[in-house]
Amino acid sequence: MNLRRLWAIVIKELRQLKRDRVTAAMIVGIPTIQLLMFGFAINLDVRGLKSAIADQSHTSASRAVVQDMLATGVIVQAQSAQTPDDLMVALKRGRISVGVVIPPDFERRVAENREAIQVLVDGSDISVQNAARQLAQIPLNSQSSLRPAQISVVSFYNPERVSAINVVPGLVGVILTMTMILFTAVAIVRERERGNLELLITTPVSRTELMIGKVLPYIIIGLIQTTIVLALGVLVFHVPTRGHWIDVYGATMLLIMANLSLGLLISTRAQSQFQAMQMSFFLLLPSILLSGFMFPFAGMPKAAQWISEILPLTHFMRLNRGIMLRGASLLDLWPDALVLIIFTIVMMSLAIMRFSKRLD
Amino acid sequence: MNNINAIEARGMTRRFGDLIAVNNVDLTVPKACVYGFLGPNGSGKSTTIRMLCGLLTPTAGDIEVLDYRIPEQAEELKRKMGYMTQRFSLFEDLTVRENLEFLAAIQNVPRAQQKNRIATLLRDYHLDDRQKQMAGTLSGGQKQRLALAGAVIHQPELLLLDEPTSAVDPESRRDFWEKLFDLADTGTTILVSTHYMDEAERCHRLAILDEGILVADGEPMEMAATLVGRTFQVTTTQPRKAQAVLLKEPGVVSVAQIGKQLRVMIGVGDSIPAHLNQALKADGLDAVLQSAVPNLEDVFVAATHRSHLEHAR
Repeated sequence: MNLRRLWAIVIKELRQLKRDRVTAAMIVGIPTIQLLMFGFAINLDVRGLKSAIADQSHTSASRAVVQDMLATGVIVQAQSAQTPDDLMVALKRGRISVGVVIPPDFERRVAENREAIQVLVDGSDISVQNAARQLAQIPLNSQSSLRPAQISVVSFYNPERVSAINVVPGLVGVILTMTMILFTAVAIVRERERGNLELLITTPVSRTELMIGKVLPYIIIGLIQTTIVLALGVLVFHVPTRGHWIDVYGATMLLIMANLSLGLLISTRAQSQFQAMQMSFFLLLPSILLSGFMFPFAGMPKAAQWISEILPLTHFMRLNRGIMLRGASLLDLWPDALVLIIFTIVMMSLAIMRFSKRLD
Repeated sequence: MNNINAIEARGMTRRFGDLIAVNNVDLTVPKACVYGFLGPNGSGKSTTIRMLCGLLTPTAGDIEVLDYRIPEQAEELKRKMGYMTQRFSLFEDLTVRENLEFLAAIQNVPRAQQKNRIATLLRDYHLDDRQKQMAGTLSGGQKQRLALAGAVIHQPELLLLDEPTSAVDPESRRDFWEKLFDLADTGTTILVSTHYMDEAERCHRLAILDEGILVADGEPMEMAATLVGRTFQVTTTQPRKAQAVLLKEPGVVSVAQIGKQLRVMIGVGDSIPAHLNQALKADGLDAVLQSAVPNLEDVFVAATHRSHLEHAR
């Protein structure tokens, strides 16, 4: 490998990138917009959720609990209800987001230390769900001596909640997957379409120089994006970073390289930029859905778990949540780091092998 | 193998599925020569050039370029070869200077010489005042000059040019050819494909390709000389009608209208066709038939006509 040629390719890519306004805008725009959108949707301080309460107990204790709940301001009574069925209907029709059921044997359940109140939640709306869960955590200081454990929350339509704090570490990965794969996926195809490639392959430039030269500039871009997301996450949403920043960037670096080499492999396969984009989106969807970003890995069927194990985002999700939220270091989580490294090496080798300096 | 020839190819063949794009072509290109490839679109010119520089693997045949076996030693050849594609293949979103800097690094132009080399090229190719302009915004002729400057930045021994002037105005084409002869003068071997007769005429040597077959090769003048006695000029007031009459006569290979005149070619061994005059007279046409000096266009017609007859058989 000749470093001068490699450097020439890196400089060339950066110059082209600088002049490509749309791509340059995407580099900053995608992380900013996504983070703000995801972040605000989830961190909304939900108050005044429409609700209905079916108090079938009609005791002074149950009325006291209802008063306590309404006093939090999280829910407001939007309509009356007599039975849990009334609540279900209202919930289904979207008239209320939260239903509270106080069963006829409320006092006995409290005395026996069993679940005494059921909160029905429209889980299709994540922020509602979170708010309702907070509701269940509120210590109800009534004379009934009800403990939080005695309020059960049943969430409909979205059994697992995504918490705000979970989102930012994962979102770094989603944004990097979205942009990094796409950038390199079109990198080689674009040169083929524009005719540059026919010139390049008649020069002494080697396949490895070309491939690595194409990837290097995007690592810098990936790190810029990471910084934007993390900075906004910390400043706007107060996401904690319990681990070390160096570990966060280390994990991000591994994901960037894995995604870039995957994009490059796409680029050697695709016949047109459009095809490259289609292939990228084909990979993006399972990455978002199966990586554990949206739904917990544990709840997936075996087949989905296998697929998710080959996706770089899955491993990054584990790494970054571990580092940012649990304060782990990259070394503690070495198996996932190793998978990303192996993934990168395999994809990069395949891309170099598949890229031919011939036209046939 | 030898030191006289830059390219030696025997039985060069390339198939794409059922299509034989290049069929058993033998090619010898002497060093420091401007060698032309003349042929219509789809005649296999590009495929041949791509095989010669190792971009396409030949289906059959032996190729040696600058004493390297192709395609096996294509990478070694690439250091000593410049290639200009049919389509502008430099980076349109880089400036003229940036493109040349990029190619200098890629082509291993020694760092110490890079600055001088680029300055020389910018001057020689009249791009001095354009060096900060994006390559994509250059005119056709300027793009062509930049592409040639890029192809010769490492002073290659061999230059392969695939229809370099197809998108350029006549004056730029003339300038371009002057540059090619300058390069040949310094010892560069140039293989250039074209479908322009006037360009083909300028080449030191020429090969005519038709449907993948090399139908004729040699020096343009010599090739034309072989047709002496076979070309005629007919001056008449009714050229369309005269053309129809002549085409029916035996021995006539082709009749083409050029302005108000007809250019007639007769087959090999046919004597001065008194019967043509008679045929014209018989149809009541006022026409004068004179022998004409054969030109390259006649060579092309004769060569491609023969191959079409062979195909028909």
